Amino acid sequence: MISWFTGVLPYGGAYFVATIIDILVIALPLMLAVAMIIYADRKIWAAMALRRGPNVVGPFGLLQSFADGLKVFLQETIIPSAANRGLFLIAPIITFTVALAAWAVIPFGPKAVLANINVGLLYILAVSSLGVYGIILSGWASNSKYPFYSAIRAAAQMVSYEVSIGFVLVTVVLWTGSFNLNAIVEAQRGHIFGFINFYALNPLLFPMAVVFLISSMAETQRAPFDLTEAESEIVAGYQTEYSSMSFALFWLGEYGNVLLMCALNATLFWGGWLPPVDWAPLYYIPGILWLFAKILFCFFIFSWVKATVPRYRYDQLMRLGWKIFLPLSLIWVFLVSGYLMLTRYGMHP
Amino acid sequence: MVQILAFYLFAIVTCVSGVLCVTARNPVHSVLWLILAFFNAAGLMVLVGAEFIAMLLVIVYVGAVAVLFLFVVMMLDIDFAELRTGFARYLPLGIALVALLAAEIIFAESAWNAGGLSLSGTAPTPETVPNIQALGILIYTRYLYIFEGAGLVLLVALIGAIVLTHRKRGDVRSQNVSHQNMRRPQDATRNTQPPVGQGVEL
Repeated sequence: MISWFTGVLPYGGAYFVATIIDILVIALPLMLAVAMIIYADRKIWAAMALRRGPNVVGPFGLLQSFADGLKVFLQETIIPSAANRGLFLIAPIITFTVALAAWAVIPFGPKAVLANINVGLLYILAVSSLGVYGIILSGWASNSKYPFYSAIRAAAQMVSYEVSIGFVLVTVVLWTGSFNLNAIVEAQRGHIFGFINFYALNPLLFPMAVVFLISSMAETQRAPFDLTEAESEIVAGYQTEYSSMSFALFWLGEYGNVLLMCALNATLFWGGWLPPVDWAPLYYIPGILWLFAKILFCFFIFSWVKATVPRYRYDQLMRLGWKIFLPLSLIWVFLVSGYLMLTRYGMHP
Repeated sequence: MVQILAFYLFAIVTCVSGVLCVTARNPVHSVLWLILAFFNAAGLMVLVGAEFIAMLLVIVYVGAVAVLFLFVVMMLDIDFAELRTGFARYLPLGIALVALLAAEIIFAESAWNAGGLSLSGTAPTPETVPNIQALGILIYTRYLYIFEGAGLVLLVALIGAIVLTHRKRGDVRSQNVSHQNMRRPQDATRNTQPPVGQGVEL
């Protein structure tokens, strides 16, 4: 892309224009994907509850999300008089922006990645840890009881589960020897028996794949860990005072984060853009389609859990995070590094 | 050109948000300015090629420390009148601190002008070895004992924090999940055939 623009512009300008176009090429389809994934979520949820789900707007109700978007777009933005005005408006923007920013390092193919930096995984960890600010700020700035409870719940929950996510990432990084996401995908080629492209089927990494899947649900505040918006306890949580587009930004950001976590699950444990088995004809299908298939499968698991598992109590959530996942992932870091020391690096480094 | 522009952007925002962090009336705003300062400091780190340190700065300080900070500060009952009375009381101390810092900066500046210290080691070259590897090789070989010592200090601090805050409360019924899972129907229920008119003993 850059080489094409250097014909027209000086190098700096060409780089700038090419990067902007690359960003749009990721962000715009992502918005479309979020709209469709909300529809898919509602349909799956409905099917599991023996309902029909959205079926009125457009064929099979496909345009439902766009109708909802138009509806909130036309509504009035209501700002509570006691709210902290600036922060109240910034909070949803933070949530939305952060949900988009992390996609910069997700590899869609061997070459198709916006920023192929060698600390890619740390970048994702850094950006996703910013996501909590949108929620905390919205809860505090609303100056209202229930949003504030929700903000406190969110802060404690996200910090707790980030710890175990961090250790899970460490096991993957140890096995790969790199923080670069493309290197992690590449290292999974023929990982099991020389032809299965999954880390997750490695007996040493499988438990971590499960821990990561559950932790990513907690990190994105999906059911059964959606205590921040538990409607039976705290109305709608941090979104209670929001309306119109500021509400829609939360909505988009939330699903953008869910998709990101699905993409991370797919990339770290299920081979990313590689086909499931290392067999030449499968490589004729573009890598991006394999990645999408894996993301959608992961999202189906998210929806499935949302439709079937009851919400956790808060002390149970904390118990799972601190007393089960943290020791488990910590032990696994020891196990994996010990195993690698024994087999890959020899006893005497 | 772009680097210099970026440097001044990050540096100015860091300084301004640092000042605003101190002067902001609302403690929550203070913490938010502090977060902005951290963030721009991470940007400065990226500019000098220390991308690992930059990411750690964001993950540790912005992602964890500042969240807990905000968590505590949000729950403060902010009384602006009391804040102002405190201002006069702490003013002498504040002025002393400012004088000290200014003196240190001037002293360091003149010392640097006088030639500066020549560092014995050389910084790892980012072109050949990535940041993380260079750091890892040093920490886990040459400075292993110091690193382990730092870890030990952190462990002691961790245990200390738990010992200081942990208290046993007698009136709490906690849930023992393994106990619940091990419970079988025959432990909880009993089939009886009570004669008519006699009922059961519990």
